[in-house]
Amino acid sequence: MKLNITIIVSGLGFILTSPVLAGDTVTTLLQEYHTQAAQTFSADAGRQLWNQSFVAANGDQRSCSTCHTSDPAQAGKHTRTGKRIEPLAPSVNPERLTETREIRKWLKRNCKWTLGRECTAREKGDLLTYLNSL
Amino acid sequence: MRRWIVMGLGLAMVVTLGWNMNVSMADEDEYWERTRDVASVENSRYQEECGSCHMAYPPGLLPGRSWEKMMTSLDDHFGENAELDAATVTELVQFLRDNSADARPSYRRSRKIIRDLSDENVPLRITQLDYFRHEHREIPARWITGNPGVSSLSNCNTCHQNAERGSFSEREITIPGHGQWDD
Repeated sequence: MKLNITIIVSGLGFILTSPVLAGDTVTTLLQEYHTQAAQTFSADAGRQLWNQSFVAANGDQRSCSTCHTSDPAQAGKHTRTGKRIEPLAPSVNPERLTETREIRKWLKRNCKWTLGRECTAREKGDLLTYLNSL
Repeated sequence: MRRWIVMGLGLAMVVTLGWNMNVSMADEDEYWERTRDVASVENSRYQEECGSCHMAYPPGLLPGRSWEKMMTSLDDHFGENAELDAATVTELVQFLRDNSADARPSYRRSRKIIRDLSDENVPLRITQLDYFRHEHREIPARWITGNPGVSSLSNCNTCHQNAERGSFSEREITIPGHGQWDD
């Protein structure tokens, strides 16, 4: 019992002190999506989805690139408010893809806005794989 | 002897520097006390969750009931999806209510905003408040919607330099492409 507690405490210490890297968070999420989709993910499919246009209920054409541009390594602009959106590619913006909560929140909101529905596990897996490859 | 003079001068410089810093910080505090029109509040969660898409509007620009309604309909936030998890909503509603126009009526503009509102009125757009419209009535559309540096009255901080700190003084207005506001 005592040994168990020691292991848990030192494990916690490791988690708290290790730096957060995009890779760690993405790997965990990809594993989760992989379990749901039972499919391997492809950066190429992610790139295609990124640029694919969907027609919104009001007739607007929408895609990820509407706000983020077709190059996620560039800064984008909120289509409604005009506010700057920092680049999504972790290679140029190391803060990206480091928090599970943030990734889930934005995928949920932005899939609904862009595709008119939540993304499937496969779509989320492809998108994450694409962004993480940049 | 010489060593004492050098040390004395050094000490005097340190003391003077410290004193100057104190004075300038006090001046700044006093400055904000005098000019802020709605409560100047900061909340990192609010800044992060709401400020990533638009300016983080000072909560004192709307009554508490408006914030509550807005935060419970985030799946259709003026046509956009801005959903948040329940715990975050609760936390933000608390912050917004505590600093809303009716919770902080000692602030000049908050008081004016709620003065025109009946209790049944639950406005969601700051730009449609009677007080807001009155204050902006003289500004031609070409300076706002026709101005790429502004594009909408919702972008307070393109003209009001200290908007995010709750200060909307006329002296602090610079309209992109037109310069200082001169009433």
